[in-house]
Amino acid sequence: MNNNYYDPKDLKKFGDISQWSEELGEKFFDYYGKVFEEGALTAREKALIALAVAHTEQCPYCIDAYTKDTLQRGVTKEEMMEAIHVGAAIKSGATLVHGVMMMNKVNKLDG
Amino acid sequence: MTKLKLQSLHKRESELAQTNRQLEILSNGIFKSGELPKFRDKIADTGHFPLRPKKLEILQINLGYMCNQVCDHCHVDAGPDRKEIMTRETMMQCLEVIKNTGAHTLDLTGGAPEMNPDFRWFVEEASKAGIADFIVRSNLTIIRANKKYYDLPDFFKKHNVHVVSSMPHWTRGKTDKQRGDGVFDKSIKALQELNAVGYGMPDSELRLDLVYNPSGAFLPGDQSTMERDFKKALKEDFGIHFHNLFAITNLPIARFLDYLIASENYEDYMTSLVEAYNPAAVENVMCTNTISISWDGWLYDCDFNQMLELKVDSKVKHIKDYNEDLLNDRNIIISQHCYGCTAGAGSSCQGKVT
Repeated sequence: MNNNYYDPKDLKKFGDISQWSEELGEKFFDYYGKVFEEGALTAREKALIALAVAHTEQCPYCIDAYTKDTLQRGVTKEEMMEAIHVGAAIKSGATLVHGVMMMNKVNKLDG
Repeated sequence: MTKLKLQSLHKRESELAQTNRQLEILSNGIFKSGELPKFRDKIADTGHFPLRPKKLEILQINLGYMCNQVCDHCHVDAGPDRKEIMTRETMMQCLEVIKNTGAHTLDLTGGAPEMNPDFRWFVEEASKAGIADFIVRSNLTIIRANKKYYDLPDFFKKHNVHVVSSMPHWTRGKTDKQRGDGVFDKSIKALQELNAVGYGMPDSELRLDLVYNPSGAFLPGDQSTMERDFKKALKEDFGIHFHNLFAITNLPIARFLDYLIASENYEDYMTSLVEAYNPAAVENVMCTNTISISWDGWLYDCDFNQMLELKVDSKVKHIKDYNEDLLNDRNIIISQHCYGCTAGAGSSCQGKVT
């Protein structure tokens, strides 16, 4: 094992996951490629969603890949940051909305 | 953050102003160590070495390196401090060639070609040759730079010139970052003035195309998608029309090479270019259908080789000795910068090549 859990060079080896499970790996990459094709959403819109999710998932490989990808698609840094805020808002909202669960429990036990 | 205007590498007396130094960098490091394959070996692997010309289609003439702008990534290292401009004597030699060439396209570039004092005379004379597609690469801001240029849209129209203009992005921030403060607003105004005389309008025969090149160390996105996004934004925000967008890859020479090294992006960028190598693009790289002529009349395989001072590998090296048949029987000179033209969908002065 290296001294670091993450190595930027590993991103280029992503395809290697098919080596130990060829059929599932191929199905995944086919699916992955299809998802990002132009459809009801443009490829640009999909790249921005991917960038936001890359941050909420805190995946360094995905942040690296989709920062570059969105730049290549002409996305501005303001658009990129707003997309990340959308992810952050959902992430924090998802935390806070569970506060209602806590409140319900408190009210039942100590109301 | 906005950026102050730069000076050319020549003015700064940068070591990269020396083309030998640029070629040395492109041949050493990751290419010398074998970490990345040299372009010659890469094209040999796909059966494309030596690279040879096909039918000549485009004569590209550089009227000089003087420019009113100092863009971050200029492969010409152009700017107001560059004094190299074509003389009328060399223009007359070019006119003789234009009258007899088999090429269907004449492509005037610079610097800002309009800054050459003999530009209008040359356009008037060259347009008499009846060449099918007569391009002037105009940086747009020149039209607004000084009163003496205000009538350029009408002048272009009078001579049925095909205008090709650089526009790095549809937003002010990204455009000014690459090309200097105020460039976006002036470019928008110039595009509106070109539209006003008919350039770029739907169904108009007055061609107006835009050139997009990335603002940093990344490759251009899909050309047709970028064109769609540019058209939508420029029309909605400013009522501007244009015909086609050419997406061009930044080649690692001159000021872009300087930027890559200074920002520590050089190795990653070269790796991206090599990984995106596309044999189908090699089939149509522009050096196979173009001759590039410098301000002082020397002949090159392309504009990039001109900026690296790599003259054609032919007995005919200067416009005064021009002979199309002899010139077409040559090997094209290559180096690692050529990866820029073969990445992804390929890149040329006319955009993608696949």
